[in-house]
Amino acid sequence: MSASGIRPGRRGRSVVTGIGVVAPTGIGAARHWESVLAGKSGIGRITRFDPTGYPVRVAGEVPGFRAGEQVPGRLVPQTDRFTHFALAAAEDALTDAAADPATLPEYEMAVVTASSSGGTEFGQHEMENLYQQGSSWVGAYQSIAWFYAATTGQVSIRHGMRGPCGVICGEQAGGLDALGQSRRLLDTGSRLVLSGGTDASLCPYGVVAQLSTGHLSAEDDPARAYLPFDAAASGFVPGEGGAILVVENAESARARGVPSYGELLGYAAGFDPTTDGTAARHTVLVSVIRRTLADAGLTPDAVDMVFADASGVPAEDLAEARAITEVFGPGGVPVTAPKTLTGRLYAGGAALDVATALLALSAGVIPHTAGLGRPAPGCEIDLVLDRPRQTDPRTALVLARGHGGFTSALLVGAGDRDALKR
Amino acid sequence: MTPADRRAVITGVGAVAPGGHGREAYWDLLTAGRTATRRISLFDPAGFRSRVAAECDFDPLASGLTPQEVRRMDRAGQFAVVAAREAVADSGIELPGADPERVAVSIGSAVGCTTGLEEEYAVLSDGGRDWLVDHSYGVPHLYGYMVPSTLAVEVARQAGAEGPVALISTGCTSGLDAIGHAVQLIEEGTADVVLAGATDAPLSPITAACFDAIKATTANNDDPEHASRPFDGRRDGFVLGEGSAVMVIEELESARRRGATVYAEILGFAGRSNAFHMTGLRPDGREMAEAIRVALDRARLDPGDIDYINAHGSGTKQNDRHETAAFKRSLGQRAHEVPVSSIKSMIGHSLGAIGSLEIAACALALRHQVVPPTANLSTPDPECDLDYVPVTAREHRMDRVLSVGSGFGGFQTAMVLGRPSERRGEAA
Repeated sequence: MSASGIRPGRRGRSVVTGIGVVAPTGIGAARHWESVLAGKSGIGRITRFDPTGYPVRVAGEVPGFRAGEQVPGRLVPQTDRFTHFALAAAEDALTDAAADPATLPEYEMAVVTASSSGGTEFGQHEMENLYQQGSSWVGAYQSIAWFYAATTGQVSIRHGMRGPCGVICGEQAGGLDALGQSRRLLDTGSRLVLSGGTDASLCPYGVVAQLSTGHLSAEDDPARAYLPFDAAASGFVPGEGGAILVVENAESARARGVPSYGELLGYAAGFDPTTDGTAARHTVLVSVIRRTLADAGLTPDAVDMVFADASGVPAEDLAEARAITEVFGPGGVPVTAPKTLTGRLYAGGAALDVATALLALSAGVIPHTAGLGRPAPGCEIDLVLDRPRQTDPRTALVLARGHGGFTSALLVGAGDRDALKR
Repeated sequence: MTPADRRAVITGVGAVAPGGHGREAYWDLLTAGRTATRRISLFDPAGFRSRVAAECDFDPLASGLTPQEVRRMDRAGQFAVVAAREAVADSGIELPGADPERVAVSIGSAVGCTTGLEEEYAVLSDGGRDWLVDHSYGVPHLYGYMVPSTLAVEVARQAGAEGPVALISTGCTSGLDAIGHAVQLIEEGTADVVLAGATDAPLSPITAACFDAIKATTANNDDPEHASRPFDGRRDGFVLGEGSAVMVIEELESARRRGATVYAEILGFAGRSNAFHMTGLRPDGREMAEAIRVALDRARLDPGDIDYINAHGSGTKQNDRHETAAFKRSLGQRAHEVPVSSIKSMIGHSLGAIGSLEIAACALALRHQVVPPTANLSTPDPECDLDYVPVTAREHRMDRVLSVGSGFGGFQTAMVLGRPSERRGEAA
C-alpha cells in the first residue's frame, strides 16, 4: 500500500447506483429528465429578490423547493440553501440506490462534494446583522453554515458516514473534480461515496459578485438569455441547484444486488494558466479530453455524445468547439448542452450534467439543446438541436471549465439500469 | 512505477506566519518559544468577546508582490503567492519546466477570500443598509473573492501549472487534506511536482463574530501574549491566527535526478469523519484515533516508530481532551513516551492554513532535530497528561513524526512524515 492508500494493481470499477437532483428543471431525477426530454426551461425572471435595478434579471431557480418538507426541521435554520439542496438530493440518491447507510461499514462510506461560493445567502444575512446591529447579532450557525465544507459535514453527519470526507472548489469544474475524487476514495478503502455538488448563490450579493466577470447575459427574455454556440450568444444565465450521486465500487453494488446507471470510465483535470480572463485557449481542453480517454483506455471513436461546458461566452464557446473538433474531427461526435434549461449552476452544474448524461445512457437517448437558433460561425460541431436523438449511446463525455482556468472532463459509460427507459 | 514506488517528498518550504517574515523567521519563532499573539490591530476589536489574534506583519509590496497583484488578490491570496514563491526558490526547481501538465497545485483554505468579500460587502451594502447591494460599487475582481478557488488559481499561475489544480476546503483540516491530495496526485502518477499548502486570512469582523457567537475563541483579552494555552488547565478557547505555508512536493526519483535536497517524505495520511456534530467532539477521540491508525498502516509503521506528535492542540476545552484521548487510543503506551506539542500556542489557529504551517514545522523539525514547544503551558490539567514540551524547545532524535488536524464538520486527518533516509518498511 502507498502513503495515500492506493493498492497495487488496476484501478477498481466505479459505478453510479443512485441519483438525486434538485434543479431548475425539477426536484427529483425523473422530473428533471422529463423536462430535459421536453425541452422545458427552468429559466425565468428572478423571484428570490427584486432584480429590477440590476443588469441581470433572469436566472434558473429551483421551483417549489420547501426546505421544511425536504430537510430535517432542525437543520433548516442551521444551514444555507445550498446545503438544503444537497441534504435533499443526498437523501434521494441513497433511496434511489436502495442503500441504507446503517447497514454498511461506517468507515467505508465517504462524502466528497464540490462547493463554489458556500452559504452565500446565509452569509449575506449575517453580514447584514453584523453591520446593521453589531457583532453580538451574528448567529451561532454562521460558523457552520457559511463555510464551504458545510454540505459535506452535514451530509456525513446525517447519514453516519465516517470515511474520508472532502470538499473541492473548482467553480464550474468542481463537480467533475469531486466525482474524480470519489474514484480515488473508492480505490483507497471506501466502498460507497456520496458525491456531486449543489449551489445556491441567487441572492443580491451573490449575483452582483458574478457581474464582475462580465460573463452574465443582460438579456431579459428567458428564451434568449443563454444560447451557447449560437450566433446570438450573449453570455450565460446563473442558476441554482445541482445533483448528488451515489458512487460505489462495482463489487459493492453487485453484492448489494443493485443495478447501476453507469460507470465512471475516465477522468482528467488540467489548468489554463493564461491570464487574459477569457480562458479562450483550446489546447488545455484538448489535452484534458485526450488524457480522460487515455485514463479510460479508449479512443475518440468510442465516445457517443459530448455534454459541453457551453459557457455562452462567444470566445469560450469557440475554444470549446475547436477543442472538440480537434479531438473528434469536424462534426465527429454529437454535442449537447441541456444546461440551457437551467443556466450555469456553479458547483452544481457539472454534477447535474453527469446526472443527465447517466439518465440519457439509461434511456438510450441523446437529449437535445433546447432553444438554439443559428450556430455561431466557426463552431463546427454536431449540435443536437430541436429534438432528442434515439441512437442508444453507450458513452458520454462531460466537459467543464471553471472561472480562472479550471478544465476537467469525465467519461461515463452505460450501466445495466433501465428503469427510466421509455 | 507502481503507486507504492512513487514516493512524495518535500523539497521546498515557504511560510507567511505571524511573528516574522518567511521560513527562517518562522522557525526562529517556533524554537524560541515566542508567542505572536496580541490585541487585534487589523480591525477595531472593541465590542467583540475575543479581542486577541496572531497577526502577520505582512507588507505585500515588500514581499515582492506588484501593485496589480496586490489589487487583484485578497490577503489570503497574497499570503499564498508569497509563500509559494519562497517554496519554489527554496527547492531550486524551475517551474513549470519541460512538461507543465505534470505540474499540479493543491491549496487548502477554510474560509477562502472572506476578508475581501466582507470588505466589499460593507461598501456595496453601504454599511449593511441595503439588502439589494449596489453593483455600481463592485470592484473588478469581486467574483474572485466570492470563490475560494481563486487562491489555487493564483498559485497555479505563479507556477505556470497545466496539471490538476484544486482548492481543498475541509474547514480546519484543509491544510493537511490539501497536502494529502498532492501525495495522491504524485503516487497515482498524475503529477511529478505539486505546489501544496494552505492559506487563510480570517481576521475580519464577520469571522471574529461567528466564533464569538459559539464561544470557541478565547476571552482572555487582558494578557494577549499568553492567551493561547493548549493543554493548559486555564485554556478557554483558541486564538485566531492567519498565514500560509506552501511546499514543493515532488516525486522522489525526479527530485533526486535534479539533485534536490529533501526535507521529509510523506509516509502516510488518512482522513476520517466523526459524523457526530458540526462543532462538537466526543471525548473518546475515536475517529481521530482511527485516522491515525490508518495513516500508520499506510506508512507501514507501528506506534513505536513515531518519535514526535505535532498536535492540533487548539486550546479549546474539548479539543485538547479529545485529542489526548485519541493519541492514547491509537498509540497506546507510545503516547506517553513521545513529545507532543502545539505550535498554536505561538501562532494561533489560522483555520485551514494551520495544517500547512504545522506540516512545514514538522519538515523543519525533522531537518533540525528540534521539537518546537507548547508555549504558555504551566497549569496541569489531569485530562491532558502527556509530555507536551512546555515552554522550551527540545533537541530530540526524530526519524518519523505524526501531525493531526481536527475541524468543524467533524473531519479528522492524520499525516506521518519521515526523514528522507527512512524508507517505508525498513528499520530506522
